[in-house]
Amino acid sequence: MYNPRKSYGETLVELGKKYPNLVVLDADLSKSTNTIMFAKKYPERFFEMGIAEANMITTAAGLASCGKIPFVSTFAVFATGRVYDQIRMDLAYSQMNVKIFATHGGISVGKDGASHQMIEDIALMRVLPNMTVLAPSDATQTRKIVELIAETKGPMYARVGRADAPLIYKKEDLSSIKIGKGITLTDGDDVTIIACGTMVDQALEAQKILSKQGVGTRVVDMHTIKPLDKKLVLKCAKETKAIITIEEHSIIGGLGSAVAETLMEEGCKIKFMRMGIKDMFCESGEPKDLLEKYELNEKHIVKNVKQMMKKTR
Amino acid sequence: MKSYDDKTINKLNLTAVKIRKHIIEMLYRAKSGHPGGSLSAVDALVSLYFFHMNYNSKKPCDPDRDRFILSKGHAAPALYAVLAESGYFPVSELKKLREINCRLQGHPVCTHIPGVEASTGSLGHGLSFANGVALACKLDKKSYHVYVMLGDGETGEGQVWEAAAVASHYKLDNLTAMIDRNFLQIDGNTEDVLRLEPVRDRWSAFGWNVIEIDGHDIRQILDALNETDAHKNQPSMIILNTVKGKGVSFMENNVDFHGVPPNEMEYHLAMKELDLMEKKLEAYA
Repeated sequence: MYNPRKSYGETLVELGKKYPNLVVLDADLSKSTNTIMFAKKYPERFFEMGIAEANMITTAAGLASCGKIPFVSTFAVFATGRVYDQIRMDLAYSQMNVKIFATHGGISVGKDGASHQMIEDIALMRVLPNMTVLAPSDATQTRKIVELIAETKGPMYARVGRADAPLIYKKEDLSSIKIGKGITLTDGDDVTIIACGTMVDQALEAQKILSKQGVGTRVVDMHTIKPLDKKLVLKCAKETKAIITIEEHSIIGGLGSAVAETLMEEGCKIKFMRMGIKDMFCESGEPKDLLEKYELNEKHIVKNVKQMMKKTR
Repeated sequence: MKSYDDKTINKLNLTAVKIRKHIIEMLYRAKSGHPGGSLSAVDALVSLYFFHMNYNSKKPCDPDRDRFILSKGHAAPALYAVLAESGYFPVSELKKLREINCRLQGHPVCTHIPGVEASTGSLGHGLSFANGVALACKLDKKSYHVYVMLGDGETGEGQVWEAAAVASHYKLDNLTAMIDRNFLQIDGNTEDVLRLEPVRDRWSAFGWNVIEIDGHDIRQILDALNETDAHKNQPSMIILNTVKGKGVSFMENNVDFHGVPPNEMEYHLAMKELDLMEKKLEAYA
């Protein structure tokens, strides 16, 4: 287990050395987002912006206009919905090289409740022209993705969850990782589970159960939701009999929607299902209990896959 | 510190008339846009671009340039006219304002138009953007100055006050903001729509150095800019007391010309008034 937030903080410190023009902004949550690690190492390049997120986003745009690479961090709920107009005007429309790295995405934030459980961020960011949207699945991948977004120009949004997460990757597994290219983790020709972020691990757990029961399960880690790896989606549609998507996000507008759009437009006749939060606000609780109640764990994936396999088109 | 003489002032006043004529022409052709707030902003813009700021329009990305950010993006015609006359792009392009396949969008866009620093149009963003530029300037130990103009009604936006707090917290003395205090916004008098007074005290309370001047008196504007450039440890705010629609009699203090262009008759009347003003100033020269 390793916390992706911690991995983010550590990577920022490393990148601070590599890029003298990298700056970091936070809105009174540096201890939670772990930008405090960068703040301690490079105090002159860290800007505490206080509880004033709108100003923070636009200030980052101003810094980017002078050649800086700003990383902006806060909780996903404050990093997107609260500052949508600022992101739209000053980052997306203006094509500013600002990286929003949000933590505490999804319902596994837990006891803080629905006010803090961001389940619309991927949809909000995905609809913005020029915006790249990522959801790394473990601490190792987070490290690589933070490196990639630092070296790639343009406005980008990445989100991780709050909790420690099982390690899926070793460093060497990700030497060829690219923004916009999904990763096929297991092979199988019955069903494909396309997952992102915190749900990739659940998909892998489900795959173990399913393969024991004779269901060949392909797991795809779709760490980049935009631009979506359409080629990989279509390959899975051709080579397996069903596709199921899972994300710790609303079923509307996120990974599931992006995959569905691709399948429909390409005329794929395949069994398809989206797993995610079913257009509702959730509640306080232990992350594990929440994922069970809102049907986002390996048990529910297995149940859904089996139901899908039974159905005829 | 930049000193000037009577001749310079007369020349700048003449330039201001020229810019006002461009604005009327552009809006009349475009059949849409915002005359009132464009005309009230002209004298400050002319003072900045034709005298006070350091820049080279042939090198719009020069890292050492002074920056101007138009937070009240609906005054785009004023900014475009000033940028064109400063050599950022051909003056002939002004007549295509708001047309399809033209880069002069209804509101400024930094990705399309040389000299436009920030994309604006959604109010309340410009001061935050200026904060970012001013922070970068300090980080890079550069000596350029950042100027930003806000509308008075615009300061109803909460983000403006977030930015006001941050600029003073970081002691951004390389930042000078201006408020185009023309007392009118779309729905009426600013004090009726959402009270802004005491403007001066509000900014002082946020830790700003505040100067209040006649926003149409170029001497006062240039003096204020010299003063705020030199001021240390605080960001500065120049309250420009202005007249909405300034320079065209029937548009002055007339809220109906906030976002409505002149019709044919009004266009000819306005141009006639501005031509007269131009002749008067030329006679002094």
